[in-house]
Amino acid sequence: MADATISTEKLLDMYRTMQTIRQFESRVRDIFKEGKLPGFVHVSIGEEASATGGAAALTVKDYITSTHRGHGHLIAKGGEVKPMMAELFGKKTGYCKGKGGSMHIANFSLGILGANGIVGAGLPLATGAALAAKVRGSSEVALCFFGDGASNEGTFHESLNIASSWKLPVVFMCENNLYGEFTAGKDVTSVKDIADRARGHDMPGVVLNGNDVVEVYEATCQAVERARKGQGPTLLECKTYRWEGHVVGEEAFLGKKSYRPADEIEAWKKRCPLLTFEQRFVPDTFSQAEIEKVQAEVAQSIDEAVQFAQDSPYPEPEEALEDMFSEA
Amino acid sequence: MREINFIQAINEALAEELRLDPKIFMIGIDIWVGAFGATSGLTDEFGKERILNAPISEAGYAGAGVGAAMAGMRPIVEIEFASFFYCCWDQVCNQAAKLRYMSGGQAAIPITFRSVCGAIGSAAAQHSETVYSQFMSVPGLKIVVPSGPRDMKGLLKSAIRDNNPVLVFEHLKLGRTKEEVPDEDSVIPLGQAEVKREGTDVTIVAIGFMVSQALKAAKSLEQDGISAEVVDPRTLIPLDEETILASVAKTHKVLVVDEAHLRCGAAAEIAAVIADKGFDNLDAPIKRLTTPDVPVPFSPPLEKFVLPDDKKIVSAVKELLG
Repeated sequence: MADATISTEKLLDMYRTMQTIRQFESRVRDIFKEGKLPGFVHVSIGEEASATGGAAALTVKDYITSTHRGHGHLIAKGGEVKPMMAELFGKKTGYCKGKGGSMHIANFSLGILGANGIVGAGLPLATGAALAAKVRGSSEVALCFFGDGASNEGTFHESLNIASSWKLPVVFMCENNLYGEFTAGKDVTSVKDIADRARGHDMPGVVLNGNDVVEVYEATCQAVERARKGQGPTLLECKTYRWEGHVVGEEAFLGKKSYRPADEIEAWKKRCPLLTFEQRFVPDTFSQAEIEKVQAEVAQSIDEAVQFAQDSPYPEPEEALEDMFSEA
Repeated sequence: MREINFIQAINEALAEELRLDPKIFMIGIDIWVGAFGATSGLTDEFGKERILNAPISEAGYAGAGVGAAMAGMRPIVEIEFASFFYCCWDQVCNQAAKLRYMSGGQAAIPITFRSVCGAIGSAAAQHSETVYSQFMSVPGLKIVVPSGPRDMKGLLKSAIRDNNPVLVFEHLKLGRTKEEVPDEDSVIPLGQAEVKREGTDVTIVAIGFMVSQALKAAKSLEQDGISAEVVDPRTLIPLDEETILASVAKTHKVLVVDEAHLRCGAAAEIAAVIADKGFDNLDAPIKRLTTPDVPVPFSPPLEKFVLPDDKKIVSAVKELLG
């Protein structure tokens, strides 16, 4: 087995990250529906393996760019759940002091160059972070998370062209969850596999089971290694699925209109990333007790995060006028 | 003091700053060739690794510039013609301008965008537009419009050293204009207007290339016994309101001249500032002279008809003074 080379410690770390994403997102969904969160939220339940396996292949110094569905990517890159949850509540203790919210959480000290509200915006940004490393001769790699929808944006092709032409250390990770907002990708996309688009830009394109964290991790490690050696970018396509809607609570405005077959949702739930992991590694590698311990610890951390966010103060209204320009 | 032209001023500012800070690099279309001369010779000294020739792919390379700035570099991004900014509107307005604020002040985005701006003679609507007014409505950007070689060099150096996204608009009609420019490190801070000519009867606030037209008009008005003061804001964001208001307090009449369009233009903003804060000092309504709200046309007589120039400034001032 290829994963024989992955330490049990690393495997358990990845499981903990996936559990954290699942429980964070589930709680966010629930408290949003209770009316406790301002704005709107996009959760990534069902897509934990691509975020986790991708980010697990990076060092702290490496960069990621993320999307409107970015909570999982941020957690996987080391984001802490307390300031993340506080940001979702619009509180002063949030990563962005309440100025960004769900779609714009960033932590530059962790190499998290931000979630982004514009589909396809992260592709040039990640390409630029990789360009920065190349121009200054440092070793960082940029991992760009984006969705199947973004692969139809001009920025996708422009970025892949630039990254390939200049052999930039960037890994493009498409999380293909089959739907862009409320439209099936197959209805609006010229290719069955987005990875095929890599050929047009002379880089490797790899289709992955995006719900298998080990497969994603190993493929990303290879792509990162290739990037660090100066051999250029790779396009990874993780086939995955979002269990929830495009936005939490969309049924309120969609009504009875449905854009996804119920049996499709059920079939993908059987391919749950966490279940996939457990079926493979329990009990041979980890005991049921070890797994349950992780689940309980994560549950406690999410409880604490919600409590922290609720107890935190809002920013002073006048803070709306701060943080415009850097004076340094 | 030696004289250099506008293009040489750009070239000197770029080379001097590239020499000072290894984090600075350039990216733009055709900058190896340096079609207008502003980037001539830079690859010889700094190499093709720091002077990057971009594909015709504005969203891609402008966005890459923003990403590089987020990752600790200080890129200078060249957009060949200002209308091409529309191809990377998101990267400038949604990303560069907002990322610092949205991240609660975590990020500095030290990026300079340079672009040729304004009508240069039958280049038609997609290569002649003055677009800075559009960007003035996007919080998070600084906007610089130099009117001559000395300001060009000093302001571009400040823009490059600034820790924020700065857009510098360079009017090619000024390309061969020569002026005395100090040899030494002549930085001009952003946000300081300059009175280019003192006068007592009327204030002409002129932007960019229009400063040269206003100065010509002022000379002509002098023949008629009218003393015009010419104020050049030099940077539209931040805007030096104090210098403009002080001039209006002295002359009590003001004409704002701009090559951008009338509606919601830079002239409208300056007029609004004067109305808000200098109303008591006005003896006549504020007047604006701009390009009317049509795209810049191709045919020479059409183009001449829409663009403000020294003669139109003279007429507007006479009308204003009654």
